[in-house]
Amino acid sequence: MKFAVIVFPGSNCDEDLYKAINLYTDEDVEYVNYKETSLEKFDAVLIPGGFSYGDYLRSGALAKFAPIMKAIKEFAKEKKPIVGICNGFQILTEAGLLPGSLIRNEKMQFVCDTVDLNVVNKDTKFTSKYAGKETIQLPVAHGEGNYYCDEETLNKLKKNKQIVFTYKENVNGSVDNIAGITNEDGNILGMMPHPERAMDALFGGVDGIHLFKSLINNR
Amino acid sequence: MSEATAIEIYDQKIYRQWGLLDEEYNLILKLIGRKPNYTETGLFSVMWSEHCSYKNSKSLLKKFPNSGENILQGPGEGAGIIDIGDDKAVVFKAESHNHPSAVEPYEGAATGVGGIIRDIFSMGATPIANLNSLRFGEIKDSKTQYLISEVVSGIGGYGNCIGIPTVGGDINFDKTYQSNPLVNAMCVGVMDISKIQQGRATGVSNEIVYVGAKTGRDGIHGATFASDEFADDKETQRSAVQVGDPFMEKLLMDACIELINEHSDWIVGIQDMGAAGLVSSTAEMAAKSNTGLILDLSKVPQSELAMTPYEIMLSESQERMAICVKKDNVKEVIELFKKYDLDAVSIGEVTENRDYVLIHNDKKVADIPVKALIDDVPTVTREQKMPKRIEEFKNQSQYIPEVKDLKTTIKEVLKQPTIASKQSLYKTYDSQVKTNTIVKPGSDAAVVHVPNTNKALSMTTDCNSRYIYLDPKIGGEIAVAEAARNIVASGAKPLGITDCLNYGNPEKPEIYWEFAQSVEGIAQACREFNTPVISGNVSLYNESNDQAIYPSPMIGMVGLIDDLKKVTTQSFKKDCDLIYLIGETKDDYSGSEIQKLLTGDISGALNFDMQSEINNQNLVSKLIDNNLIASAHDLSEGGLITGLLEAAFDNNLGFNVELDMTDAQLFSESQSRFIVTVSSDNKEEFEKMANDKTYLIGKVIDNKKVNIKTKDSEVQFSIDEVKDDWVGAIPCLMK
Repeated sequence: MKFAVIVFPGSNCDEDLYKAINLYTDEDVEYVNYKETSLEKFDAVLIPGGFSYGDYLRSGALAKFAPIMKAIKEFAKEKKPIVGICNGFQILTEAGLLPGSLIRNEKMQFVCDTVDLNVVNKDTKFTSKYAGKETIQLPVAHGEGNYYCDEETLNKLKKNKQIVFTYKENVNGSVDNIAGITNEDGNILGMMPHPERAMDALFGGVDGIHLFKSLINNR
Repeated sequence: MSEATAIEIYDQKIYRQWGLLDEEYNLILKLIGRKPNYTETGLFSVMWSEHCSYKNSKSLLKKFPNSGENILQGPGEGAGIIDIGDDKAVVFKAESHNHPSAVEPYEGAATGVGGIIRDIFSMGATPIANLNSLRFGEIKDSKTQYLISEVVSGIGGYGNCIGIPTVGGDINFDKTYQSNPLVNAMCVGVMDISKIQQGRATGVSNEIVYVGAKTGRDGIHGATFASDEFADDKETQRSAVQVGDPFMEKLLMDACIELINEHSDWIVGIQDMGAAGLVSSTAEMAAKSNTGLILDLSKVPQSELAMTPYEIMLSESQERMAICVKKDNVKEVIELFKKYDLDAVSIGEVTENRDYVLIHNDKKVADIPVKALIDDVPTVTREQKMPKRIEEFKNQSQYIPEVKDLKTTIKEVLKQPTIASKQSLYKTYDSQVKTNTIVKPGSDAAVVHVPNTNKALSMTTDCNSRYIYLDPKIGGEIAVAEAARNIVASGAKPLGITDCLNYGNPEKPEIYWEFAQSVEGIAQACREFNTPVISGNVSLYNESNDQAIYPSPMIGMVGLIDDLKKVTTQSFKKDCDLIYLIGETKDDYSGSEIQKLLTGDISGALNFDMQSEINNQNLVSKLIDNNLIASAHDLSEGGLITGLLEAAFDNNLGFNVELDMTDAQLFSESQSRFIVTVSSDNKEEFEKMANDKTYLIGKVIDNKKVNIKTKDSEVQFSIDEVKDDWVGAIPCLMK
């Protein structure tokens, strides 16, 4: 399986995602520059965290105009898996590939911590390996991770089981404690917590491993 | 507005407004054989400021040891470099940004972080961690609250965006910092030894390429500004503060690292444009290489219209670098930066004649010998005088605190801002990006993995300025000893230090004495611990309305953990582990937290024995090397009880201890002490290795209860009860 890690100007978790695949799985991974226009040779796309374009305007707002986004939209249409983490999640909502939006944290402050998450839906291609695990711990690090959507969207998310992760304790003010969602088709995941930072007990826990393993298992 | 002529500058002594003294100006007349014009006077005024020339401090800084067999680069370049084996090196430096942060705290702190990061990657290293050492006034004051929240946001805003983890530091509060906060930023990087760069400009006709952000009018005369005192009637100094753009710096960093790692044969030298911007970076490159430069300022990318040569040269716009590029590779270098959407322009070339020549709109606007600008700065030897208080402190009998109710006093101490948890502040910093962070903020020292090795770096910042105020020499020794204690407790061996030497106005003999004495103490301790000073900076004139800060030499120390298995943390690990105290506890309350709490001030003499310090540190190192301890925590502010509770809080474990001490001694700040925990399986072997100053004092228990028995009393409470005080104190005070 071949993973693409998209690199926008200002991405800063690209290395972490690359390491997560390269050091902790047997799969291939390559960086893909935002100026590229094709994702043909890849089986999964990972959009990293960071501050693409310096968060000018709004986080993720400028990245959606980058050349690579056309290829990402094609990739999405083909129902191939896409994971957006932190700024990657923000980019996916800005690009309209996921519903809702991510606004300033309720307390108006950046938050870096390790938090407890509920794995709400274990029947996705991103979470099947979490079977039997109700609560996991993942690091968060964001200033704009407060998930917001209107009532109608929220009902739809619930009805379609698109809510994948929720915070045990709401760290940022998100609607219904939402930490990660998929699209309706279930091939795109956006989440604020960082599974790629939890691949090794030495560094930030091991609860991120199952996410990538699920994805590989369900290829 | 037209610029003053050379004659007007001379006649009306206009140079004085820029901080040049009469005798310095007269020397300049002699050095260049004529009256300098407006631009030239400007160049001299910044290059001869304390900030750039260290004229007040050079003679003292010579006392620091700064060489050793693994030292690859000592002071004098962007940052110092130490060999850590495996053909890799660690690069680190700290720098103060006190004056800008007092005036414009967000940008002042942010650009302090940005500046120190540039120093690290200009050496060819990849930055892997940031730390910061902060001093503020008493937290109850609303201006202080504003400064804290803006400085912390500025540090986070820059570090989080550029994607370098902020892993550690220290924050203290005292009234002397009320109008003059200290913001000291430190950055640590790693590199392959073969890639070391220096700020050089050699090879006639090689070109000077300007890269990064455009030059604007921000920060003009920042270096001179940093070399002056504050006064309320000078609150309008806002224009001297720079504005940071971490996104731009991220691009600049990535581009420079690519250039150095893949095309080092294209370049001769690289230097950050920091204080005094274009003039300082380029003139220093020429000075170090015994060459001259000719620069055409019309080619400098500018963000504002109609900038004068004076403004272009003195601007401290951020995120800019000067690179000396081999003349045949200029095109390739410019192309490389274009790929990152960055400006890169050749603005001049290296010349043979050792003159610094500036052209603007086809006219020569400056022509000065490089040597005059950089090397001929008259060093100043200041008068020293021991302040009266020192004698009084020495003659004073030891203050013994009266602890009326032990539990209440413990709770009160934990709520003191200097002791209380800083997590509400450091949790706004991304401490994990790059996934190398092993020990996060909140420990004695932060620990960061060296990528692609089995090694890690331990790092800390430290300075108890209350001790230095009481006795600058012993206080200086303690500052280094305590930093080393932090490093050792994490499982590392100390490698070297960087420093930010923060003091008041050196023209006052008492201040200069504090400066000289504490340098003496630091130098002495550095020799003892074999930790050379490889980089650093001096920040003087930290005064506000004639009130100087406590003398505050911040020590930034880095150590090496040669095997990841040795990484040790301060937190208690499991039920029934035995708790040992290493080191002697005496009645040491001078400058302590308990003295400050109960008397509102500090006084008295200090007690410090270097040999015990070394013995105890060596013992802890040996115990860790032999895998005999489960946790190690150094004792400092707040004494034994604070150390025990900090170790218990992390994993919410309790403890039972029985101590042959008074209640007061729980708060004693005797130096050279650690608490370690030992699994009962290792008890025998541990005690065989331990020294006669190692005391079994109790054990860890897993029911969140704390039971303390002293010679005076016996108390019990739950961890949760006091943890709330400790965690909640700063958010509560900030409201």
